[in-house]
Amino acid sequence: MQERNRESEVRSQKSKETKIITDGLNAWFGRNQALKNINMSVKQNEVTAIIGPSGCGKSTFVRCLNRLHEEIIGARCEGRVIFDGKNIYDPDVDPVLIRRRIGMVFQKPNPFPAMTVYENVVAGLILEGRMKRSELDKAVEKYLMLAALWDEVKDKLYQSGASLSGGQQQRLCIARALAVEPEVILFDEPTSALDPISTAKIEELIQDLKKEYTIVIVTHNMQQAARVSGYTGFFLLGELIEFDRTNKIFTNPSNKLTEDYITGRFG
Amino acid sequence: MAVFDEELRALKERVLKLGSMVENAIQDSVRSLVERDSNLAREVIKKDHQINALEVEIDEECIRLIALRQPKAGDLRFITTTMKIITDLERMGDLAEDICERAIELNEEPQLKPYIDIPRMAEVAQGMVRDSLDAFVRGCTKLPYEVIKRDDEVDNLTVQVFNELLFYMIQDSHTVSRAVKLTYISKYLERIADHATNIAEMVIYMVEGKIIRHMEIIENP
Repeated sequence: MQERNRESEVRSQKSKETKIITDGLNAWFGRNQALKNINMSVKQNEVTAIIGPSGCGKSTFVRCLNRLHEEIIGARCEGRVIFDGKNIYDPDVDPVLIRRRIGMVFQKPNPFPAMTVYENVVAGLILEGRMKRSELDKAVEKYLMLAALWDEVKDKLYQSGASLSGGQQQRLCIARALAVEPEVILFDEPTSALDPISTAKIEELIQDLKKEYTIVIVTHNMQQAARVSGYTGFFLLGELIEFDRTNKIFTNPSNKLTEDYITGRFG
Repeated sequence: MAVFDEELRALKERVLKLGSMVENAIQDSVRSLVERDSNLAREVIKKDHQINALEVEIDEECIRLIALRQPKAGDLRFITTTMKIITDLERMGDLAEDICERAIELNEEPQLKPYIDIPRMAEVAQGMVRDSLDAFVRGCTKLPYEVIKRDDEVDNLTVQVFNELLFYMIQDSHTVSRAVKLTYISKYLERIADHATNIAEMVIYMVEGKIIRHMEIIENP
């Protein structure tokens, strides 16, 4: 018990640390510049929300944080993304390893349809092929528990992942992302396809997860940003207009553009 | 959005209406004392329920807007400030009613002394109410600081009135009842000025997002 107390103490001290810093980050799709000189930091064990209108570069930004952006043909980026003190765009960095340490959950729940619930959770671990069956069993339970899904699917482990409800599928994807033990999880509009009850479950889950993980969430729902995050960044036309504590952004933003956007007086 | 803007505008108008009703109540309450017009005093007392009703109405509208519009940033500060301001305005209405009750009692007896400082206090306090509401409507931050400063003037007048009445009471015990009632009235006016100061402080929050309540030194930026 004491050990655990000390652990959580250490963690809360660590929570003041910065996990990711972007330094002069620019991104393009072909000739189209999607991000312009983004300098932002993501605090460890915090939820950082990214808000802004469609096409402002929110998704591109988070996709640059785990080197997913470059997977799109014609897409590239410049600048540095410092993750635990190391630039993830250094030539000696393996992007696959980065994506393991910085996981992602997408807008539309995308469980592997041909796989069972069980296989979906441990897909990443099976790929590595170094776990015994008994270890996989344990992992399935552990990560489904963490994703707050275990109670609902423990009797359906061998059904197709696609047979679950939308909200359950999304939590299955979260369990799958957690199973490879990342340090950071990027959520790209994780609840925009879900009903309010499933949304509340995911939001609650995000609150739990921040104790262990660092979270960045892109959202169109400003109330969601207000509910779940400690910090918020407002993007507009590829620029980071304002970045501050969420409380400050929603009660007294410094920038007129932020005020206009969050009060719905845009354009 | 246009609908919400219209709702905010209408809300602001209702606050102003409440403000002018309260201003009139204060003015008439002191007039009923100075002009020894008990009918006017009774009228003010009779009209207080209108102030109360409007306060409740505005309160309900604020709650409705928070629930349905989920206001943020400047809108949020405007609506929460409105909710607080109307409480202060309603209290001022109650104090005006209290002044009227004392005035009716005092008007039954011979006038103790010429009223000089009390009308002066009422004038300053009323000006503070007017200016703090003016600042609320215009989103101005200069006026509120002036209002806050003027509160000292009212406080000083309260002390002055008390000392003078104390002198009467020591001189002649027959004056005690009337002097105490006049002391009450000056205290009511002093409270009205305090409520105006509260409004001024809240307007500064509304405009600048800065809470200055309970701070010792207030600097005019």
